[in-house]
Amino acid sequence: MYRYDKYDQAMVDTRVEEFREQVRRRIEGKMDDDQFKPLRLKNGLYLQLHAYMLRVAVPYGTLNSAQMRTLADIARRYDRGYGHFTTRQNIQYNWIKLAEAPDILADLAEVEMHAIQTSGESIRNVSSDHYAGATADEVIDPRPWAEMLRQMTTFMPEFSYLPRKFKIAVIASAEDRVALRWHDFALRIVRNAAGEIGFEVFLGGGMGRTPFIAYRSREFLPANQIFSYLQAVLRVWNRHARRDNIHKQRMKILVHDLGQEEFTRQVEEAFQHFLSLGEDFPQAEYDRIAAYFEPPAFEQGLSDEIDLSDPAFAAWVKQQVVAHKAPGYAIANISLKPVGGIPGDISAEQMELVADLAERFSLDELRSTHAQNLVLPHVRKADLHTVWQALVSAGLADANLDLVTDVIACPGLDYCSLANARSIPVAQKIVERFADAGRQADIGELKIKVSGCINACGHHHAGNIGILGVDRKGSESYQLLLGGSGDEDTTQAKIAGPGFDEDGIVDAVERAVEHYRVIREGGERFIDTYRRVGMEGFKEAIYG
Amino acid sequence: MRIITGNDLKSGAVTWWTGYDWSLHVEDAVDAGDQAEAIMARETATCRVNNPYIIEGEKTADGVRPAHIKDRIRALGPTVRPDLTLKPADPEAREWVI
Repeated sequence: MYRYDKYDQAMVDTRVEEFREQVRRRIEGKMDDDQFKPLRLKNGLYLQLHAYMLRVAVPYGTLNSAQMRTLADIARRYDRGYGHFTTRQNIQYNWIKLAEAPDILADLAEVEMHAIQTSGESIRNVSSDHYAGATADEVIDPRPWAEMLRQMTTFMPEFSYLPRKFKIAVIASAEDRVALRWHDFALRIVRNAAGEIGFEVFLGGGMGRTPFIAYRSREFLPANQIFSYLQAVLRVWNRHARRDNIHKQRMKILVHDLGQEEFTRQVEEAFQHFLSLGEDFPQAEYDRIAAYFEPPAFEQGLSDEIDLSDPAFAAWVKQQVVAHKAPGYAIANISLKPVGGIPGDISAEQMELVADLAERFSLDELRSTHAQNLVLPHVRKADLHTVWQALVSAGLADANLDLVTDVIACPGLDYCSLANARSIPVAQKIVERFADAGRQADIGELKIKVSGCINACGHHHAGNIGILGVDRKGSESYQLLLGGSGDEDTTQAKIAGPGFDEDGIVDAVERAVEHYRVIREGGERFIDTYRRVGMEGFKEAIYG
Repeated sequence: MRIITGNDLKSGAVTWWTGYDWSLHVEDAVDAGDQAEAIMARETATCRVNNPYIIEGEKTADGVRPAHIKDRIRALGPTVRPDLTLKPADPEAREWVI
């Protein structure tokens, strides 16, 4: 993984001290909140419903054990003993005191972490495949490219006052594990016929009030031209964006207004200009950064055998463990979706245990996922049982990856000042309703995503079953959506009909699931059945 | 009744105007009546509280309650973590939010 050099460290340290001074002046009353707000947001500090919330960047979801221990320490020392992993692979703390925020940033800086670009009108933390560097289905490790984009865009003057937030994702496999086409700027690394590395480029995706799936603007962009292309996209957006209307500032709206063809034409024109400036990465710079992502020294000659005589362990392996590129190794997914839990929440003690497991059994690497789970990317198969036992003891061994109880949910009205309805209780009730492991296994892959407002942090547009909480005359109401996907077969979910109350939406989800179980054919997943039969049959089952 | 709320500058905690100061407990909130705007302007200038604003509330047998669910959740704490609310371990705490 990437390590700071003296320049990186100096920049982050300086930023911490700058913010410390800004906080001091705010507390002394020398700035009002209107003046201070953009400064704190530049450092990931929000003011939420109950307290300040700090969102910490986890670039492309990669962490080591020392970083995870620091996250645990922050949870214990400065917060209320837990953190919350988000759908952008970040972690956020919900109960931060303003005066302590600079100390937290200083602690983060000691382990080469920060909260820059986790909020505000910036290029947000670049997300990537949580199996990067471990999976056999990737063309190359996508993280060096994500890191290069991060470095080139952080503190770049033209990107310091964007019309709105801008989200980038990079993957390198056909299977999409990052909800690629729901991003403003989405890159899939591919090889052309000549074996050269390049990017399939998608532009203008995003959820929120006006959802759009990104369209493909380039089938193959030479890799060494990526920064010119990104600059071109941002230049066109910066030039035309509707800065007069907060609901129309995102790039997806401009793409829609101009049309994909015209937007692409203007991008290509600007691209030629930026190419002529010669500001793209020299190969040596790519090589320098890529060296940090060289595969770890996997042991040779390991056995691929796993003793599955323990049924509970076998069930966990079946659901949570996926193939690794190196013989004798496996990728182990850690569920943060226990029955009765809050999706994405993890206690300080659990973080420390996961850090220990990463250090002892995963070559010191960890990943966070956009589905609010964690990953141990490099576990020897011979160690899986030991890892599982430790996870069991910590309440982290649920075997529900991509099943009906692996629910994504935003913090909702329990924490978020933007939300209109609570999303966590809905997620919890769904998980309780479907808690039976046999029933979950029978239902199979089913991705449920819950948002507490139209901003869609819970990705409801991409849910096979999506739930959107709205305010209906001062009460919470929940709309049911069907048919969404954030995978390589990206689709946008559609509203099924009138909304429900909190218990009603859980019943409605169950009716939709039971209808699927009745009409599914062969090995169809829920989404396959929905796509085959369409909305009408489901509507009848849900609404009668 | 018109009650004034905001978030404490240093802790971010939800606070309620008591008539002479700020309290963490909504039960201490008073009806600011037609003085609400003036109080808010004066308190904003002191920089002790972030973004004070006026909401509708009512006096019930159990104390003052904000009219809207969002402010009832603000008054209590997250309904999904009873250990983190202002009434920790009170099994009925969530009841007055909904």
